[in-house]
Parts: sequence; structure tokens; C-alpha cells
Amino acid sequence: MPEEVLRLAEARHVGTRLRRREDARLVSGRAQHVGDLRLTGTVHASIVRSPLAHARIGSIDATAARGAPGVIGVYTAADLEGRVDPMVESAREDLSPRLAELVDLEVRSLPMPVLATDRVRWLGQPVAAVVATDPYLAEDAAALVEVDYDPLSAVASAEAALEPGALVLHPELPDNVHARLRVTAGDVDRALTEADHRLRERFELGRQVSNAIEPRGVLASVEGGVLTIRATNNKPHLVRTFVSRMLRIPADRVRFVSPDMGGSFGGGVFPEDVLIPFLAYDLGRPVRWLEDRRENLLATSHGRDQVHEVEIGFRDDGTVVALRDTFTMDVGAYNTYAVTVPYNTVTHLRSQYRIDHFSVDGLVVLTTKAPAVPVRGAGRPEATFVIERSMDLVARALGLDRAEVRRRNLIRPEEMPYDMGIPYRDTVPMRYEAADFPAQLEAALEAFDYEGWLEHQRVARSQGRRIGIGIAAFIEGSGHGPFEGAVVRIDESGHVTLLSGARPHGQGHETVLSQIVADQLGVRPDDVDIRAGDTALLAYGRGSFASRTAVMAGNAAAIAAARLREKVLRVAARVVGADPLELRIEDGCVRWPGHPDVEMDLRRVAAEAAPGPRSRVDAGEQPGLEETAYFVPPTATFASGTHLVAVEVDADTGGVRVLDYVTVDECGTVLNPTIVEGQVHGGVAHGLGNALLEEAVYDEDGQLLTTTYLDYLLPTSMDVPSVRVGHQAFPSDRNPLGVKGVGEGGAVAAPAAIVNAIEDAIWPSPVRITRIPVAPERIVDAISAVGGAATDRATQEDAAG
Amino acid sequence: MSAIEITLEVNGDPVVGSAEPRTTLADFLREVAGLTGTHLGCEHGVCGACTILLDGRSVRSCLVLAVQAAGRSVRTVEGLVGPGGELHPLQEAFSELHGLQCGFCTPGFLMTAVELLEERPSPDEREVREALAGNLCRCTGYVNIVNAVLLAADRMREP
Repeated sequence: MPEEVLRLAEARHVGTRLRRREDARLVSGRAQHVGDLRLTGTVHASIVRSPLAHARIGSIDATAARGAPGVIGVYTAADLEGRVDPMVESAREDLSPRLAELVDLEVRSLPMPVLATDRVRWLGQPVAAVVATDPYLAEDAAALVEVDYDPLSAVASAEAALEPGALVLHPELPDNVHARLRVTAGDVDRALTEADHRLRERFELGRQVSNAIEPRGVLASVEGGVLTIRATNNKPHLVRTFVSRMLRIPADRVRFVSPDMGGSFGGGVFPEDVLIPFLAYDLGRPVRWLEDRRENLLATSHGRDQVHEVEIGFRDDGTVVALRDTFTMDVGAYNTYAVTVPYNTVTHLRSQYRIDHFSVDGLVVLTTKAPAVPVRGAGRPEATFVIERSMDLVARALGLDRAEVRRRNLIRPEEMPYDMGIPYRDTVPMRYEAADFPAQLEAALEAFDYEGWLEHQRVARSQGRRIGIGIAAFIEGSGHGPFEGAVVRIDESGHVTLLSGARPHGQGHETVLSQIVADQLGVRPDDVDIRAGDTALLAYGRGSFASRTAVMAGNAAAIAAARLREKVLRVAARVVGADPLELRIEDGCVRWPGHPDVEMDLRRVAAEAAPGPRSRVDAGEQPGLEETAYFVPPTATFASGTHLVAVEVDADTGGVRVLDYVTVDECGTVLNPTIVEGQVHGGVAHGLGNALLEEAVYDEDGQLLTTTYLDYLLPTSMDVPSVRVGHQAFPSDRNPLGVKGVGEGGAVAAPAAIVNAIEDAIWPSPVRITRIPVAPERIVDAISAVGGAATDRATQEDAAG
Repeated sequence: MSAIEITLEVNGDPVVGSAEPRTTLADFLREVAGLTGTHLGCEHGVCGACTILLDGRSVRSCLVLAVQAAGRSVRTVEGLVGPGGELHPLQEAFSELHGLQCGFCTPGFLMTAVELLEERPSPDEREVREALAGNLCRCTGYVNIVNAVLLAADRMREP
């Protein structure tokens, strides 16, 4: 088959600040989240969770629960035996077996039971499910399920898990390592030996929870013989596949429908996503489970939890020549994502910088914590924290300006497409695209007024106030596939519909995808109906996560719509006797310039194309106006950005106040600037929370101490500044629309930028800020280490190599 | 637990329904009154998604029992929409300035802002930020929400 020459119509709606069509229902209380749906005969599930981090399960006595008012059933692992298979890694769908041929990589197999069998391995692990006529009664009865636990020692940190002789959490494995990887480029040993200077540092990123404001929920029912699942999950087709495989039901007898969804910020397929459909299947009636916030903090979307030991080699002029990193990721009791997150950490560790000698060893370590999944940024904030903190340390060591050190290390536009010398996670050699990182830095410095802030800082210091300035650049590999699908159809009433595999949860996809399709079909965005995330509508789909939807679903929609435009023109041309190239679609009508009498609306074209004896499609062509496209990108596209922030720290309380925040983002073609800015604002807020407030804290017994919003703090309107957002645009040549992802970038760079600013504010304290979230007492200690009062930095600059 | 029949006024209309003493007002509104615009984000009074107005004052409907609202007047997000379906100036401004993304927290923000603007028609940015500090949003970074409240305040003051 000859290669298709895809011609996209000119952008008319793409690039505009079209107001979101989602908003009308969301602001008026008419949205339909999973908890808002009502199905006749629905019963309610409550999950019995492990109160211990690690224990052997002796017996489970559900007698009292079964006899409690309203109870319909109680399920334990024994009831699932032979009927629900354990879960395997979701990432197996993504991970090419070829990657292990290209880099040193090992991922062990570790299926996870839906309900704990003989042992519980994390606090909050599902042990039993109670179904009752009312959610209050289900919770009452869940409290009556008596589980006889024989406590075992917790394995409460990666460090403890790796100690010689440590208790092995899973007897089927030789130790507590689930995956390991080693990725190298150049000759790091030699480059370190030959470098003028070397420094080492340890960086830690605490465990953090994604915290969508809508807790998870699942409503499952058997409708017309189809097990139908409505749930807060950003991967509809993956849930369908899991349920189909684990319950051994044909995939076409399982359907995932996507109601409105209140955020995600990370996630995966969780045991409840399979358990609740099983209960509905078994009971033959709708079963609803709505997670509460305590369960969410215990068992949903934990992430980060990495410790890095870094060694950097650099020259007298600040050029970094070598980077060696050894890190652990504490993944908790099971690892459902193989190496998705740690491999992202590897590929984003050198960020915008030319560091040709590079070596990373990563270990994914099993402990008695909740299983970690990708959380907004998914390994990128961790990498960015490590490299951007390191750049500051290099500058400090040499007494150089921190912006200047970055200038000397940035990959230059004439070096593009720069080859990073390692494979990306999709196995394709990791090469950047056209970009201008130095111009991005200068644009950010100028927008921020870097010189002005330096002066302001000097004046403030002389008045005893501690202001700090932070810089952080990032890259964001996005839209790396493997695919996304779209169907565009013009029905016989002339209506345009897009079916998309990617379900939205706040990103404005209904608006943006309608802009894309409208441009291709010559209609208004309002004329394009969007239906997303229903597995019955599209054979294959992936979902919305990893900053992928604009790239993946956007291009799939554009390609399908562009093909459909060509077909519309072919059919119309045949009807009016024109050459298709002479025709145009404008305002929903096909026109023939120079022939004012020719005007066919899409309804008429659809009627001419419909199957049947009057069909006017070309011989050999399928009738109907419908095109399907699966967009499979050649590899990831690389967005980037630079953040600058000014903070003031309080020497007495360790409090941090953000005074100003500037970003310059580069995400290729901007589909809707308002939505892009919103993504950046939200990402920065997320990163600020990660830097200063958020941590899931476990004690040495593996008890989680942060199970309410009084303990796990999210940033509020008093914490988050007004972010000033600037843009660069280098359209990607890796997809027809030229877009790059933007959903995570704010969260990727903000922790590094903010901590760099804090350390600048406490400078020249010998105390380093190497851990997030930053504890206020660390700041107080750092300042008291230099005598409390703000002093003149110039006199104490540490110029040691 | 025995249910009690209660009557309350919701968005100007009487609602009669039965509630157990432990039934929260949020659950009563969602399950009995059928008004699912009031959302539950934490069920322990921190996130603010379930904020409604009870006799004109903002409360967390997850922390109020339905029986405590008997005989009282409740306003929810559904009550902000005019009889002809027209949006309240706050709803309009939230949409216009992209003050929402996933929209789950939005009803709580709107009700908190309604109370603020009824008490203080010309708030400055600081006052808006303080008033909204008890509502959590994970999507927007708040800036567009704050701007939306300020814009709505401007428009509501216009004669």
C-alpha cells in the first residue's frame, strides 16, 4: 500500500482561546460523576482493609457481618479462588521486550491478589468486601468482619528492605528487589577521574499521593449480558482488558463507560477496579463502591519515594562532564508499573544539559507500603530535582552565577536533534527535537527580571530579610505512544461525532478535540460531538495520562478527520461532477469556487455516501462517512520549560512564601492557550505542594500517619502564587499537529526551582536542602547554623572545588 | 437505626425525606433530594467540595447532620442557575476565565464565593484568597479561580 500523504487543513479554531464546552454542566451541578449515577437495584460495597503493614492472615470470621442488617454478601480471597485471577503489571502493555536487549534491565514477575490471601503486605490492602443495601450498612458490617492477624515485622523503607538478611516480603522472590536497571552513555568513570572537580550529594524525595479531589469510585452492573463498568479510572481499555482476562469473560462482554471524572494526577488499575465488577457479575445486580478520603490516602496513587546518590564531575568553567547516579525507588508491596517511573527518571536526568558521560543504576524496592504508581510527572520531577539541585551545587562550588552555569551546559539549538546516547522507554534512540534551550532561559530570566530580583535580594538582606531565587529547567518526554485511536463520523443527519479512546478528567479534551476536528471538516467546534472513553465505541484505546492526550488523541482525531474531509470531497465531487481538489468545505457546506449554485451541506453528502443502491462513493471504497485512525508516533516528543521563582523564608518559623513565579514553556503547537496556561498553573501548584507540604509518612511499624487532610497537606489559595506563563513554540515534526505534551511540566520543575530558591535564601549556610518536602525545621536549622541574621553572601561565598 | 422524617427548604423548594440521625446533610441532599451537584471530596471537613449555604452561611455539608438542617434553608450549586437556565455571574466568570478544570471542587468554591460576595461585594485579591483558603483544588493552581471571583464581583456591582 502506498504511504498516505496526509494533508491537514489550515488551523482556524486550533490555537484560539475557545471557551470550554465542559464548563456549563460542571459549574451548574449537572455533571455526572460516578457517584452521581443511579441504577435501579444498586447495592453498595465497603472494603475491609488491613490495619497492619505486614501480617499473616489466620482466619476470617464473617459470621457477624453476614447477619448484619442489609448485608447481601461478604467476600474474601477464598470466594475469589479460581474465579478472579491475580493482577499482573499494567506496564507489561507498554514495555517493549526489546528494551531489555538495549539496556541492562530486569523486571521480576509479581502478580498481586485482588483480595489478600495468606498475608497482608501493606496498611490498607483489601482483605474482604461487604455488600449491603445501603452504604452506611455496608460500612457497619465491614467493621464486624473479624480477621485474625499474626503480625510480622514491617519492611518500612527501601534502605531496610535492602539490608543483608532483611525479611523477604514475597517468598517467591529471592530478595526485596522487584526491578533493576542500568543505563549508561560514554565513559563515566574516566570522565569523573579526569574532571577538574567532583561533588557528591544525596537527594531524597518523599512519598506523595496524587490526590484527585474526587475519590475513586466504581459502579458495575450487568446490562444486556454485558458487564458494564463506570469508574474513575483514566485507562478505560486497560480496565476492560484486566477485567476480561482476570474474570475470563470475552472482552466484548465487558464495557467501560467513562462518566465525568474529578482529576487523576496519576493512577493505574487498582484491585477495586476488578473486584467491584466481579461482585456485580456474581450478584447479578449493580454494585457501587465509593472510596472515602482515608482509603484514598491509604491505598490510591502513591508515588515518588526515591533516594539518589549522585556524583558529578565538572570543569573549572562550570561545564559538567559526567554524572553518575545510583537510586532506589520504594515502590511498596507490589509493583504494577514495572520500570515506567524509574526509566522516566533515567531519561530525564540530564534534562536540557549536554552531559555525555552518564551512568545510572536504579533499583525498584519492595516494602510494606502502598503500591506506588505513576503520579503527575512520573519519575520526571525526581530527575529534575536531582539535576537542578546539582547545577546549583556546581555553581556554588565555583562561585559562579547559577544562570551562567546553566548557560554553559545547555544543549544549543544548532546541536539539535541532540542524541542523548541512550534509548527512550519505547526503545527508540533518545533524540531531542528542534528547540532553543538557551533562548528559553534568557526569556525566562528577562520575564522574571533576574537582575532586578538579585538587587532586591541584596537590599532585603541588608534589612535582615531572606529572599532566595531559584531556577529550574526541565524536559518532558510526552506522547511516546504506543498509540491512541479515533473515529470521526458524519451521520445521516449531518452531525459530526468524534469517538476517542482517551477519556478526559479535567484537561478540556471535549473542547480541544472539537477544535481539531472542526478545522479538518470545515465546521464549528460546537458542531462536533465528542464521546470519549467508552470501550464499546472503539476497539483499542489507551487513556489520558503522561501528558499524552494532545499528542496522541489529538493527532488520531486530526488524521481521522482529515481523511474524512478527503472522502467528503470525493463523494461531493462525484455528485456535482467536479475534481475533488477543486472543492472546499466551509461552514459545514461543500462549495465549488466559481460555481455559486453548488452548495452541499454535510447531511446531503452523508446521504449520498450512505450504503445502499443510491450510494455515490467511488467503486472499491467503503460506503458511509466514517474514518478510523490509530496514531502511532515514531517516538516521544520532547516539551521543555524553564521556571524562575523568588521566595522569602522566615528565619524563626522556617515558613516559605513564594513572591514571584515565572515559567517559559515550549510545547510545540499550542492548541488552546487558555488550557495550556491552566495546565501550567496547576502543575506549579502541584509541584509547590510536593516541595513544601505533601508527604505520606509511615512510621517504623509501617503505619501510615497521614490519613486525613489535616495530616497530608495540599496547597491552598494562600500558598500558591499567581504564576506568570510565557511560551516558546517549536512545533514537533513527530506528529502532524506539531504538538508536545504539557500536562505535567509544571509539576516537574517546580520542586527543584522552589528548593533552589530556599537554599539561595539560606545561603551561605553549610546546611543543604536535599529532601522534599522541605521541613520548616530544616530551614530554621540551616539559618541558625550561620548565626541567624541574614549576612552578606559575597563575603562568605564558598569557592572550594 | 430508625429514620426520622424531616422537611427543609432547598433552593427555595420544600424537600421532605427521611434521614437517620447519622445521615449527613451531604448524603441527604445527594441521595434523598437527588441534588448531586454537592460533591464529597474528603468527608472530614477539610476539602470544602461539599460546601453549601445553610441559612445563608457556608457549612461543610459532610459535617452537618441532615436532622440538624430540619426546618432550615439550604442553598446548593443547583440553586445558582436562574429560572431560564442562565448562569450566575460567578458560574459565568469561572467558565470565562478557566477557573475550573475537572470541576469536582467547583460547586464548593462557588458556594463559598457566593457567601463572600454577599457579605463583601468589593473584595480585593487578598480577601478572595483568604475566603477560598478552605477549599482545595488540585487542578487550577487557584489563580483563575481568584480572578473569576474578582470579575464576578465587578459585574455584580454594576447597576
